[in-house]
Amino acid sequence: MRTDRIAMPSGGVGGVRAAEAGSAEPARARNRTAERAGARTLRDGASAPTRGPIVVLRNISKRFGGNYALKGVDLELEKGEVHCLCGANGCGKSTLAKIISGTYRPDRGAVIVIGGREHPYLTPRESRDCGVQVIYQDLALFPNLSVYENIAFECNLGSLRPYRESRLRALAREALDAMKFDLDPDEPVENLTIARRQQVAICRALAADAKLVIMDEPTASLPRVEVNNLLAAVRYLKLRGITVVFVNHRLDEVLEVSDRVTVMVDGVKIGTFPASGMDKERLTGLIAGRRIDAGKRTKAAAAGETALEVRGLTRAGQFHDVSFALREGEVLGICGLLGSGRTELALSLFGMTRPDSGEMRIRGRAVRFRNQRDAIKAGVGYLSEDRLALGLIQPQSVKDNMVLTVMDRLKTFAGLISPAKRDRTVAEWVERLDIKAANVDDAVSVLSGGNQQKVALAKWILTDPKILILDSPTAGVDVGAKDGVHRLIRRLAERKIAVAVISDEVSEVYRNCDRILHFRRGTIAGEYSPDRVSERELAGMIENG
Amino acid sequence: MARAGRRRRDRVAVYLALVMLAIAAFFSLATTTFFTLRNFLNLVESYSVTGIFTMGLLVVLVAGGIDISFLATASVAQYLAVVVSRSLGLDDSFILGVLPALAAGAFIGLVNGALIHYLAVVSIIVTISTQSVMFGGLMYSSGGRSIYNLPGWMYQFSGTLFSVTVGGQRHPIGAAPLVMAVAAVLTFALLAHTTTGRQLYAMGGNPEAARRLGIRLGALHLFAYGYLGLMAAIGGITQALRVEEVVPNALVGREFDVLAAAILGGASFAGGRGGVAGAILGVFLIGLLKNGLNLFGVSSYFSDVIIGPVIVIALCATHLGKRKETDVGFA
Amino acid sequence: MRKTAFLTIIPALGLPALALAGLATFGALMPESFPSKRTFESMAFQMPELGLLTLAMFLPFVSAGFNLSIIATANVSSLFMAWLWTSRIPADAGAATQAVWLFLGFVGACAVAAAIGAGIGAMAAYVGVHPTLTTLGVMTLLKGIGISLTRGAPITGMPPAVQFLGNGTFLGVPMPLAVFAAAALATALVLGKTSFGKYIYMIGSNINAAYYSGVATHQVLIGIYVFSSLMCALAGLVMTARFNSARMGYGESYLLLTVLAIIMGGADPNGGFGKVWGVVLALFVLQIISTGLTLYGVSQHISLAMWGLVLILVLAVKYCNRRWYAPWALRRQAEAVKAPA
Repeated sequence: MRTDRIAMPSGGVGGVRAAEAGSAEPARARNRTAERAGARTLRDGASAPTRGPIVVLRNISKRFGGNYALKGVDLELEKGEVHCLCGANGCGKSTLAKIISGTYRPDRGAVIVIGGREHPYLTPRESRDCGVQVIYQDLALFPNLSVYENIAFECNLGSLRPYRESRLRALAREALDAMKFDLDPDEPVENLTIARRQQVAICRALAADAKLVIMDEPTASLPRVEVNNLLAAVRYLKLRGITVVFVNHRLDEVLEVSDRVTVMVDGVKIGTFPASGMDKERLTGLIAGRRIDAGKRTKAAAAGETALEVRGLTRAGQFHDVSFALREGEVLGICGLLGSGRTELALSLFGMTRPDSGEMRIRGRAVRFRNQRDAIKAGVGYLSEDRLALGLIQPQSVKDNMVLTVMDRLKTFAGLISPAKRDRTVAEWVERLDIKAANVDDAVSVLSGGNQQKVALAKWILTDPKILILDSPTAGVDVGAKDGVHRLIRRLAERKIAVAVISDEVSEVYRNCDRILHFRRGTIAGEYSPDRVSERELAGMIENG
Repeated sequence: MARAGRRRRDRVAVYLALVMLAIAAFFSLATTTFFTLRNFLNLVESYSVTGIFTMGLLVVLVAGGIDISFLATASVAQYLAVVVSRSLGLDDSFILGVLPALAAGAFIGLVNGALIHYLAVVSIIVTISTQSVMFGGLMYSSGGRSIYNLPGWMYQFSGTLFSVTVGGQRHPIGAAPLVMAVAAVLTFALLAHTTTGRQLYAMGGNPEAARRLGIRLGALHLFAYGYLGLMAAIGGITQALRVEEVVPNALVGREFDVLAAAILGGASFAGGRGGVAGAILGVFLIGLLKNGLNLFGVSSYFSDVIIGPVIVIALCATHLGKRKETDVGFA
Repeated sequence: MRKTAFLTIIPALGLPALALAGLATFGALMPESFPSKRTFESMAFQMPELGLLTLAMFLPFVSAGFNLSIIATANVSSLFMAWLWTSRIPADAGAATQAVWLFLGFVGACAVAAAIGAGIGAMAAYVGVHPTLTTLGVMTLLKGIGISLTRGAPITGMPPAVQFLGNGTFLGVPMPLAVFAAAALATALVLGKTSFGKYIYMIGSNINAAYYSGVATHQVLIGIYVFSSLMCALAGLVMTARFNSARMGYGESYLLLTVLAIIMGGADPNGGFGKVWGVVLALFVLQIISTGLTLYGVSQHISLAMWGLVLILVLAVKYCNRRWYAPWALRRQAEAVKAPA
């Protein structure tokens, strides 16, 4: 039994033999559940070496309220391929993935063929029993449990059976060895970095005997080096005959690893293309529905006096000896990977943490912030990279979110907030930034990513900042709306605000910044002007580390 | 490596044991009556029932919930055990006498679990309500009167079950410590050595992840609160055996002592943390303090003045430095 | 559109409807005794202490916290006042001396309460302990202090001015009700019209996002629990005045009712949402039912059990509203908007 699992990989893959020996028990348990789900045929069919579709989706539609998230989508996933679902935010790619995993139920008329059987929809359990494993963006790990227990948690699923620690350990060990990940099995997951947690999640899928692994935006929060490790892991899964569905919006990564690419726009499938014949530009064009002029740069305004000067700023373990100057009306790019200390630097500039040494001057005056309120008073604003958790208060209204930073300025003589003043302010900025909201009393969470980001920006513009630090301002904003955010950044600079854009998208900083600092391992590794260096050269320097 | 992992897990228990040793040493030196076998047995006897309750509550805390209705459950179970035995004439059948009470306890727990799960409401609010329902109902139907005339089977197990003789002195031992030991072993086996126990930790640690993994949260909620209900019933009956009376309003109001013990023992409000060893140590740390202060001649009311700050200090110790420096949330 | 606008208002009509239903039911059951001036007066005298305690619970509740120690705080501050007034005011003191001592006693009690609140807030802000746990410790501590100082006995014999505050009327309005009205108005103003109040809602939804937007969350948290404790001191004052005595253990059964009133009043159990007027309305409903039940001769234990059932029922109704009614109403409205176009 279980020939399907060990038949595919070529020799020399470490741990495969161990896989065979170590996990016969859980496989038997899983066979039982598979039988219950009537998916017996999958096992028999899959053990044949012939390639063929592992999942076929026909006529998948899904409505939320009155809006179609998916409209009549057909999709086939071949056994052992790496298939990428890509498209702008909200195009339905995640919804499609969730229909395969059983999280969502498609509307009537849909057919899902998996394991040789047709289903109108899948339950999470059926999906899992057919060998579908999902690696969610939030990884869905148990922070309080150890690495090994997280990896092999599948063994714990029955109720009131003995917990066999040694079997869990063996299964985890085998998965870790198979992927060549160097993790301490006893470490609680809460102590691991994001990249290492992702490794745990991959091992969990492997230990669960996956035939199809769906990865939802796996690279969204990884630095480039870690992305490379992840892509290596994906190739590895493929080598073992496991189908990988990659839901992603970073196109270079998509092309690097995929066999086929399916492009989605507004809930409709545009087409499935072999990755080999595809380049980034064409893909971008397909996704945006129009060709974006890749070379076009926003125009720089004349820069004025120095707004912020940083000399020798150091914080142990985060960044050291950082010196730069930022002038009024300038857009400065701080380009570095996640984990390079860029966000930590921003937090110190914003007064959230205190640097150990070095000095900061704002318009020539030395400043020392005790907290973020000092920084705001001194004219510094910081747009967080994590819009969902830190940038906006999602359940609260657009209105309250927008004026949160300037609540004290809306007071009348008695010290009470004036609703009229507040509503006027909100209406003005909704119009000026062209924020599309049905009602400013609605929760900010109902807005699209781009409009949410505009609300967050409005919040900081209202404080009349001299210096604005924008941390990944277009993260989770769809391609079409990114442009709007970029234009807005330029408009801010024209109003004599000194803007620092922190980003790991080289093309973004290249096109929108007047000067680019390369931030690496907690310090500035170089300064570039987009006039004197090409985007390709810059990308080469930054993405290689 | 493997050993390092284990050590990490049990750190709370080790700290607690050290603190307890220090306190015990202090009281041993400061009073003559503290460091005696009699006092030790007395201490164990008095805090065993709290220990039983703590075992139940620990399971709920691990699952990421909280329950403050369990002492009302215990009181209802005590009362039912007596009333049902009397009215059905089950005067000397231990099994038949105790069964309705245990069933009622488990059922009440299941109701709690169902309400919390299906209404998706914070557990403290649901259990405040069920506590009122049960306590109000009990006080009404019992008229607030204590029962001193217990059914026969209760007397079989009440008072001294056996005694040990050390140095010519007889030391009686009742049922409570034995029941607590059984409850502790059972709970330890459940939490550390069954799949359900591990699922409880998983649900406490990340309920959304647990749901996606196919763990049935509803069933786990029912199990956790049902287990607490059962433990509450067992604790209630043990208490009745110990004091040989059933007083409807004797237990309710001391819920927070039990919660304090579990929290001292490393369980967290946020769920997914804590273990049996720590919880038992938590119970007896509080017991040790109260007992020692009592021997000093401090009134039992005043010992609350010490216990309150001890809880707060323990909370400081477990929370200080645990947040990221840019995190201002509380848990 | 106009035809369907009422759909979203229906849930808000629940409380007034319940109040009317309560009045009608008890009026029909007891046509002699219930609809009388005495009944409504007794309601007006009873509601304020529960009301003040509910306000004390409300701010922590909105900020996604909790305050288990409201009753203990109220009792400790009332003990402080009562002790000062009964032991320090000379029997033959003139009106001015009395007034000074009364004022000092109240200010002192407020100071005690504020210190307690600041401690709770600081534990949440600087250490990161959930207020439920801190207030559990604080409650244990306060009860211990209160009982061991008084041996559980009441302190009785308040000065006449204090008794007037508890039992007198001013322009026909019972004094306790006037105090409560002022406190509710102040709370409503603080929550709805000040930046501090807005911050409380924001913190209730997401404290870290509020912090990143420059909200002084530490200070706001301390402010919340200081405010809460001051409301407790006020509740303590009203209780002392009404009973003409102070004792550890007064009002112990109110904890459930405060939570019930807040949730009936429309606050979100997870924090971030809730309005004072809803809570005040819920308090009226609770008082009508409570007084009616007492008049009808229902035992206090049955009432307690019933409150528990009511809270569960309210939660169930809210669940149904959230799960089925609200989406349905929204859909109907969306269709109504589309249809004419």
